[in-house]
Amino acid sequence: MSQFSGTYALIRKDIHSELRTRYALNALLMFVVTAVATILFALRSDQPTSSVLSGLYWVVVFFTAMSGLSRTFVSEEERGTTMTLQLVASPSTVYFAKLLFNTVLTFSMTIAVTILYMTVFSNAFVIKTFSIFAGTVVLGSLGFASASTIIAAIVAKANTRGTLYPVLSFPILIVLLMTVMNATTKALDGEEFTSALPDFQILVGYFLAMTGGSYLLFEYVWKD
Amino acid sequence: MKFAKYGSITLITFVLVAGIAIPLSPSPQNWLQFPVIPGLEEKARNILYHVPVAWTTVVAFLVSTYYGFRYLKTRDIDYDIKSVSAAGLGFLFCFLATVTGALWAKFNWGSFWNWDPRETSIFVLLLIYGAYFALRSALETEEKRATLSAVYSMIAGITVPFFIFVMPRIMTGLHPGAKEVADPAAISKAQAIADSAIAVGSKTFADSALATVAQMNVGSAVPVVQLKMSPNMLVIFLLGLLGFTLLFIWLLNVRVRLARMEYERSTHHE
Repeated sequence: MSQFSGTYALIRKDIHSELRTRYALNALLMFVVTAVATILFALRSDQPTSSVLSGLYWVVVFFTAMSGLSRTFVSEEERGTTMTLQLVASPSTVYFAKLLFNTVLTFSMTIAVTILYMTVFSNAFVIKTFSIFAGTVVLGSLGFASASTIIAAIVAKANTRGTLYPVLSFPILIVLLMTVMNATTKALDGEEFTSALPDFQILVGYFLAMTGGSYLLFEYVWKD
Repeated sequence: MKFAKYGSITLITFVLVAGIAIPLSPSPQNWLQFPVIPGLEEKARNILYHVPVAWTTVVAFLVSTYYGFRYLKTRDIDYDIKSVSAAGLGFLFCFLATVTGALWAKFNWGSFWNWDPRETSIFVLLLIYGAYFALRSALETEEKRATLSAVYSMIAGITVPFFIFVMPRIMTGLHPGAKEVADPAAISKAQAIADSAIAVGSKTFADSALATVAQMNVGSAVPVVQLKMSPNMLVIFLLGLLGFTLLFIWLLNVRVRLARMEYERSTHHE
């Protein structure tokens, strides 16, 4: 099985099994709704500033990701299909398939959060520089997915998966979180596209470094 | 290891005594006087203890990651013993660096914690060590624990360059070497710290915080506190770095020997 066809087949398998139960999608969507509702209760009728809103935006994305993204590997362990996957595909094929699947999940999650934010904070959450916002969401989702995929692979082998996942991911994600919060604030404040270029450089560097490192190390995690 | 043991004891004792006993002078005449650094004064002595401890934290992290890498290559459990012993010491030094830094920040900048880039980095390092030990305690078999914690420390190591090279350039900070042009938000924050110090009625805090504000307002070419060490201070500082590094080497050796004995006992009984 070549690299690309193998990756494609694994993603199709993941999407099929996801659509059969819709476990991750439903859980993620409900988590987003719950978190945003809690924020609304907390803020009451206050008008939050753009930095507060962009911070809360990524807080919702972070905790939603932490509640759902470990499924990709944990479900394989629970169903006992890890061995089969190890037999049929090379570690790098598995890694890139899971990375792409998690990227799709994260990206759809950020879109859900964005739509929800634009409706409930219709006055405060106005994206003034769309190019910055789009770049941040795309690059941020990529970085998020690449860090959380390798951590999910590690956590799937441990006993206390649920609590361990955010604990392990947070120190790794802090750089990314600070940068995307910074860039989102710029998008809400309507700054020029060029002002966000340093942030984008960090996001691209983070994604490349994290994916490269994970690619090299994944084999050690995956093979028992 | 006798060398590291006695070397570290001698050097740290010397640095402790010399760092506290040598008097400050506005215009130092000889080697037995430190210059007065505006804005730091007597508090400058902390640099002889705080920086070596922070330095040792980073050394311990690198040593731990290196042994983790060696473990992945060779699958020799002895490397895992070395890696976890170094990480344990790193956690201890990281805690000490945080405490000494927070105390210094309280007396120099007015509050224990300001989320300056360096403070953020040391906080992240604390979190990484905490997560590392949480992960180890959640894994049962010896090999899994060794492999996965080695992979985790290397993944965490990937983010370290971002903290060292990238963050200080995009964020304003209070440590020397931070981004040089102070932005209005940081100035107003420093002003707020000064105001609150005045409100509390503490003159020394208010003075030092106002000095920070003044230095920030000077703007472009001036880092927050100009820190150019006099030669005698630099010698003591470097001896401190060496002393604490030797202390780390000695403690690591003791811990590794202890961990090896415990490992042998546990495998012997099975």
